Amino acid sequence: MKIALLGNPNTGKSSVFNLLTGLRQQVGNFPGVTVDKRSGFISVDEQQHELIDFPGTYSIYPRSKDESVVFDVLSNPTHSQHPDQIVFVADASNLQRNLLFFSQVYDLGIPCVLVLNMWDLAQRKGFDISMEALSNVFPGVPIVQSNARIGLGKDRILSALSGLSTAREEKDAFLVGHTLCETSDVQAQKSEAELRLKKIKEALKHVVQMKAPSGESTSRKIDRVLVHPIWGYVIFAFVLLTIFQFIFSFANAPMNWIDELFAQCSNWSSHAIQPGLLNDLVSQGIIPGIGGVVVFVPQIAMLFFFISILEESGYLYRVVFIMDRLMRPFGLNGKSVVPLMSSVACAIPGIMATRTISNWKERLITILVAPFMSCSARIPVYTLLISLVIPKTYLFGIFNLQGLVLFGLYSLGIIFALIVSFLLKLFIQQKEKGFLLLELPDYKNPRWGNVLINVLEKVKLFVLDAGKIILAISIILWFLASFGPNLDEAAKKLSKTTVYKEMSVEQRTQAMDACKLSNSYIGIIGRGMEPVIAPLGYDWKIGISLITSFAAREVFVGSLATIYAVQDDGENQHLLIDRMRTELKPDGTPVFTLASGVSLMVFYVFAMQCMATLAVVKRETNSWKWPMVQLVFMGVLAYLTAWISFILLS
Amino acid sequence: MMNTLDHIELQQVVEIVSVDHSPISSKLTEMGLVSGQLIKTLFKAPFGDPIAIELNGSVLSLRLEEAQFIEVKA
Repeated sequence: MKIALLGNPNTGKSSVFNLLTGLRQQVGNFPGVTVDKRSGFISVDEQQHELIDFPGTYSIYPRSKDESVVFDVLSNPTHSQHPDQIVFVADASNLQRNLLFFSQVYDLGIPCVLVLNMWDLAQRKGFDISMEALSNVFPGVPIVQSNARIGLGKDRILSALSGLSTAREEKDAFLVGHTLCETSDVQAQKSEAELRLKKIKEALKHVVQMKAPSGESTSRKIDRVLVHPIWGYVIFAFVLLTIFQFIFSFANAPMNWIDELFAQCSNWSSHAIQPGLLNDLVSQGIIPGIGGVVVFVPQIAMLFFFISILEESGYLYRVVFIMDRLMRPFGLNGKSVVPLMSSVACAIPGIMATRTISNWKERLITILVAPFMSCSARIPVYTLLISLVIPKTYLFGIFNLQGLVLFGLYSLGIIFALIVSFLLKLFIQQKEKGFLLLELPDYKNPRWGNVLINVLEKVKLFVLDAGKIILAISIILWFLASFGPNLDEAAKKLSKTTVYKEMSVEQRTQAMDACKLSNSYIGIIGRGMEPVIAPLGYDWKIGISLITSFAAREVFVGSLATIYAVQDDGENQHLLIDRMRTELKPDGTPVFTLASGVSLMVFYVFAMQCMATLAVVKRETNSWKWPMVQLVFMGVLAYLTAWISFILLS
Repeated sequence: MMNTLDHIELQQVVEIVSVDHSPISSKLTEMGLVSGQLIKTLFKAPFGDPIAIELNGSVLSLRLEEAQFIEVKA
């Protein structure tokens, strides 16, 4: 049987879901929309039933495309997700508004259980609710109390479900003689809401008694600080910096362990398997490929840990509140700030975090613009090129020129992010007008169980969904870099030269690697590309590195090191830089000049060169259209700006 | 004296007279904004927009362009 979990937002519905299903839950997609469908299994009378968590809504009529899934499923008995029973979660301290949606659900005739959640809070606020009187308002519905945050109510809910009939019963509707309105008929929906609320208000007079309220609530007091014109922003900036610090710095240690671990695995497998194609595929292709997916887990886990806390505590809604006015002109949402800021560390968790933005257009714009925030993978590229072509001088005697250029590159990305989102706002058509109308729930202590489940869920989603795509692309790249039509011959030829024979073991490995890469398919493509990238000041060796950095931007540095047959020196790259300085074009002038260096840096600011990002964008937008649009648009932008930079500085 | 919600001072209790027709009028109503309902203006965001109001114990934030559809009286 299918049981639907419905209710208003902020009623603790997800706590009820987690309480009932524990870890026996999974996430999928509702067909047609990018809304997570959480489902799990519960046991009622020793039978397994599927519990499906629907997005929280205020009424059966949708206020956005994402919410339409509730209406579509409930109004259509033949829909694949149409429920046999319903568990409705209401906020006990807000019955008047919560019962609006409940009365609509009741009138559908599907057997349901009404759960009055956050019961303890209602008691503390002074509400005195008569369960018996409420039963008289909705006959045939078992009503139970719960406090899902601390784990109370599971048994009551399950036992209520156990006694529930499985077939629709004939009974009087709450709003008699009413049929569902069209989703586009705003006037009719408004009238229906008015009628229902009026009737509910009347009925609740006999159900709820309110003891006198006691002064300003704690939440109001906290709001005075967090929404303050100055302190509000200061505190938010501090929160952002903390999150950033975690993703940017503290995630490094676990990321290094993961890199180490996979390097060891790769090493071990290259000795364990017979030499040959399988050995190469596994130790050079598959294992590093999987490592390239797992390495993102620490950053994703940390970002979602913080976002869950912000959301569970209620602070995230205040962020939307204070940022709304600033973000709106750019077609962004207050909730866009955290994803965009995290994208300065890494766009992958940032883009995944855009799920919290309910308006589809705002979410899409945030996703498309996130890669412009220069991520940490670009830093090795920037620092290499800056050390190479920017002089170590001071502007006006105090400003370090190299530092300024770095700052300039970041700023360039951010400025374009805002410009592009402004343009996207103008050009992307949206049927529904965006609006705010947002509830600011009371502040609560985060429920750590919910936080943990949320983090695990996001990590799993990334590794399984995006991970498949990333792994596939990295194997393809490995193949293209390891094989070529004349590769073996070129390698043999090199090994016979006197220069090679006079080299040390280490130098031989480097020279052989350089030869193999240059003669691989990627090498051929790089050489073929040269005419196209020559106007930007690049040669075929740079061309090869541009292709390989599609796997991950920082691979650019490693590839250059391989091609120039130089030791990949980790942080300093002295050897590589010295070697690059000596590289000359056929006409005798240096390859790496101020013009070509800056052109390359600017290229990296704008180009979409990260397969992992594309995989995540595909997942979040449910189609390949947008990642491809991003790839092409950013590629063209990168080419043009790099070209202009080269011309201006030559 | 009648006015629309976007022009009301803070910390004032007003009664909703009506919700004017607009693309979001059904959404406003579904949140509990109906004629006869008492609401209190609480605070504004740093630029004056959006505003936060109290309604039956819960807090709702609306943009000024949304609040303009709600006619209220003292």
